[in-house]
Amino acid sequence: MIEEANPMTCHEFQAQLPEMIGSGESLAAHAHIQHCALCRALLADLETIAEAARSIFPIVEPPDKLWKQIESALNKEKGVIEPDEGKV
Amino acid sequence: MAPYPPITDSASQAAPLPPLEALSEADLLAQAQAGDHRAFAQLYSLHKKRIYSLCMRMVGNVAEAEDMTQETFLQLHRKITTFRGESAFATWLHRLAINIVLMQLRKKGLSLISMDEAMEADPGGNPGRGFGARDLSLVGSIDRMALERAVSDLPAGYRLVFVLHDIEGYEHHEIASMLDCSVGNSKSQLHKARLTLREALHSLPRQEARP
Repeated sequence: MIEEANPMTCHEFQAQLPEMIGSGESLAAHAHIQHCALCRALLADLETIAEAARSIFPIVEPPDKLWKQIESALNKEKGVIEPDEGKV
Repeated sequence: MAPYPPITDSASQAAPLPPLEALSEADLLAQAQAGDHRAFAQLYSLHKKRIYSLCMRMVGNVAEAEDMTQETFLQLHRKITTFRGESAFATWLHRLAINIVLMQLRKKGLSLISMDEAMEADPGGNPGRGFGARDLSLVGSIDRMALERAVSDLPAGYRLVFVLHDIEGYEHHEIASMLDCSVGNSKSQLHKARLTLREALHSLPRQEARP
């Protein structure tokens, strides 16, 4: 919602930010943002963090041992004797 | 291509299979659902990175991420025959992993979303606090390592919502359903997570500048 008259205080604006951001509302033209440099900077930072999170987190490879552990656990669930365990 | 893991399931030895790399994911799924261990191993190969990365982000440390990834694929093995294709397999597996992480965290006694408490004592509790002192912008200056560190340092409830929404792309209503909280709480937690990250990221240059 964009208010032209009676702009919010910083406290009021920031208290409503979670809902406004969460609803996907564009805040660039919000009356408070238009005249408050501090809240404008806050909003820019929050948007930067969200944008960075979407783009910079790497996809990482699990260690090779993990598949061996999974396979071993699967064998135990099935009651399969593993090769080493079967050796006399 | 790396050799396939040892075949230990008798069903997979019953008949020669076509090369696994020639199979579509749907065919691999069908084979795995029929008990073919090689096909299951191939599904692991295809999805391990995404699931492990998800677990790493959600729990914030390697040992637990390995445990959660292992549990996810064990559950997948138990439940694979229940997958009916209503959603994409990757999406289904992703949700399975999230549910396992959440269940494991609950088992450990972690109150995932003590949201009402958090709403009263957190960086957003006094909305104006500290914001006026900012003279640096994060725009264009976030570094990956710093953000990763800051995310891993988030309280668990904040981290879960941040990871699910900002990194994994879930909507608030989906997160609310997963975490058994209200949509408003999910929005609030996310906002507070971002505020906490902002505080952490802003504090880095000052800490480095003043040894």
